[in-house]
Amino acid sequence: MSTDTLAADLETALPTTLFRFATAGSVDDGKSTLVGRLLHDSKAILADTLDAVARTSADRGFGGAAGGIDLALLTDGLRAEREQGITIDVAYRYFATDRRSFILADCPGHVQYTKNTVTGASTADAVVVLIDARKGVLEQTRRHLSVLQLLRVAHVIVAVNKIDLVDFSESVFREIEADVQQVGRELGLGSDGITDLLVIPVSALDGDNVVDRSERTPWYTGPALLEVLETLPAADELESHLESFRFPVQLVIRPQGALAPDAVAAGLDVEAYRDYRAYAGQITEGSVKVGDQVSVLTPGQDPRTTTVVGIDFAGASLEEAAAPQSVAIRLAEEFDVARGDTIAAAGTVREASADLYASLCWLSPKPLREGQKVLVKHGTRTVQALVRNVGGKLDLASFKLEPASTLELNDIGHAQLRLAAPLPLENYLHHRRTGAFLVIDPLDGNTLAAGLVKDHPGDHEDERYSI
Amino acid sequence: MSTQTTNEDLELSVLETDATETPNAAQGVASGLSEPRAGLIEDQSSGEGAGAAFGGSSRLSSLDTLESEAIHIIREVVAEFEKPALLFSGGKDSVVMLHLATKAFWPGKVPFPVLHVDTGHNFPEVIDFRDRTVERLGLKLVVGSVQEFIDRGELAERADGTRNPLQTVPLLDAIQQNKFDAVFGGGRRDEDKARAKERILSLRDEFGQWDPRNQRPELWNLYNGRHTVGQHVRAFPISNWTELDIWRYIERENIELPGLYYAHEREVFARDGMWRAVGEVSQPLPHEDVITKTVRYRTVGDMSCTGAVESDAYTVADVVVEVAASTLTERGATRADDRISEAAMEDRKKDGYF
Repeated sequence: MSTDTLAADLETALPTTLFRFATAGSVDDGKSTLVGRLLHDSKAILADTLDAVARTSADRGFGGAAGGIDLALLTDGLRAEREQGITIDVAYRYFATDRRSFILADCPGHVQYTKNTVTGASTADAVVVLIDARKGVLEQTRRHLSVLQLLRVAHVIVAVNKIDLVDFSESVFREIEADVQQVGRELGLGSDGITDLLVIPVSALDGDNVVDRSERTPWYTGPALLEVLETLPAADELESHLESFRFPVQLVIRPQGALAPDAVAAGLDVEAYRDYRAYAGQITEGSVKVGDQVSVLTPGQDPRTTTVVGIDFAGASLEEAAAPQSVAIRLAEEFDVARGDTIAAAGTVREASADLYASLCWLSPKPLREGQKVLVKHGTRTVQALVRNVGGKLDLASFKLEPASTLELNDIGHAQLRLAAPLPLENYLHHRRTGAFLVIDPLDGNTLAAGLVKDHPGDHEDERYSI
Repeated sequence: MSTQTTNEDLELSVLETDATETPNAAQGVASGLSEPRAGLIEDQSSGEGAGAAFGGSSRLSSLDTLESEAIHIIREVVAEFEKPALLFSGGKDSVVMLHLATKAFWPGKVPFPVLHVDTGHNFPEVIDFRDRTVERLGLKLVVGSVQEFIDRGELAERADGTRNPLQTVPLLDAIQQNKFDAVFGGGRRDEDKARAKERILSLRDEFGQWDPRNQRPELWNLYNGRHTVGQHVRAFPISNWTELDIWRYIERENIELPGLYYAHEREVFARDGMWRAVGEVSQPLPHEDVITKTVRYRTVGDMSCTGAVESDAYTVADVVVEVAASTLTERGATRADDRISEAAMEDRKKDGYF
């Protein structure tokens, strides 16, 4: 493309939006090839990178005389990964089409798949799960889908890969599709009104249905993978439409004498800003308008209700803002509001609670013990917590809860924690941000687990917790 | 080494194919001269851009989403750490970082000092830009000097004359002396394959080392910056930005950069497949011919290892088009220090580099 054409394209382009997705599957499923195909066909790989990969491929004798390129090398960033030929850690890749900029979290499948899938899925708008058309739904597929359902990924796309190796057979695809939908029904994935589940036949190696629809699968009338990724609503888009405005306060902006010299030089009214006080944070869900009634939630205090009088962003006054915007909010009353408090649409938050019932994805080699003291980071607040009991461990393949008194690396289980201060906990199923928390080791500061609030403690009569 | 030969071949062939002579232009075009072209990329309704155009029913643009994410991270670090600092070299990524910080705390001052590791081989116009920026924003500047360490015999000049890898020791020294517990960097994951594995908040041990195989998982937008005495954290708020995002943002926000990011005439000579500027610390060898070319810098680092690219991109809008059409990564095109081996960046990072 000439630069003139490109300039014209840039000139007429609509603002692109951001979409985050992750891939899950093992090397054998052709995941790296699929990632490589997406990057390659969207021209995200520049000449020098491709050259370096080609050189390494040749050094290793990949592709034999044909001089093929091992696309997997594109996502192996660390020396140890290249040397061992495995992917250890999540790698982030970036590419763009005319419509969207993509952030791709490539999650390795065979080493610590739960840890990596949970990490990648926690920020993903969509996750692409790879299945080998010759093998169909395996135990690993069930595990992946189970984790994605738990993390409430809005869009799960199952790519039935290597469709070329089964002669583009519709019956093979339909059988796998039916199996996937069956697993989805068992899990509530794609049938809960919150998530959706799509199945696409692809050949990553040849590019069928990856970027463009393939003529070799005439029986498949749905969109190609990239079309799907370009058009699905992002999670922020879904969450900005929720009724429930949520805004964890990060810090108070109160410059007093210390106004920014560049702002003053640009004509900022020093007198008017002498007593400026605003609460800075990122809207985690919903939207807020000037004049809205909001509640300030401070642990250990009753909610205080007031009115939003201003929404500021770097000198601009906004009438309205929505997730995921970072703004500063001014309130009518001079409350004592600090980091760790949450501002929420008035009357939409249930009572704060010090009893936390959660699913924990255990990410540390140090196992969880009952009676252990940990830290819980929720929103912008970190509190001490005591692990009261472990309520069982999930068998990810059968989706059944098994008895357990400990959780180990890559286990997912239920636990009850007692918090040193009550937090405005919300069910993760409906609140992907305010329902999430980290479990942190108070000794070395490492992250032990990803936590998902299961139910509001008000529902604790729920038989699942009568342990 | 055969790898390097291949590398040189590739780069030289690129130089040759791109070698179109461009008519001369004024030296050092200042970025402020380029008119911002409102609405080119972003649908903005005010000079501040960002949220102003956003209503409850439309989508944030990708730049607004990235900006919002970066500001959230900057505020988290300021709220949770005792003594943060921002690495500021005058390079485009650190300039964008500082711009984001001014937006995060408006109308207050940026509440942390900036830290520059001066290799002693910097471009004079970049040092001048650095000092003007610090003055304009009323910031404290902390400088770690590679030259002082060499003079004291605590660092030795490398055989290849490159000082970029020498920055690690003065950097860690400045962090320790000033008791900085968090250091903001403008590192981006699209820059390098080791950086693609980097966390947004990344722990460094007592020796400043990065342990890429033992990183904390990073979940949702909950960042865990806990550390023990002696450890510190590197924070990378623009991890998810690409080079093109940076340039689109510079254009949209009308951010001033050192003039050498834009096309200008300069005396250069070809070395290692790059155009190297003639300067006090960057002298051609007898067989290297000095010629005058219209060039610009895609990255601005140490003069002894940063190469220029031929370019007629005189304005930020020209650069956006050029970057969008580029077939080489910015580091591959312009950094000698990253060509040493496939893991050059990883090795430097493990030792405590940016």
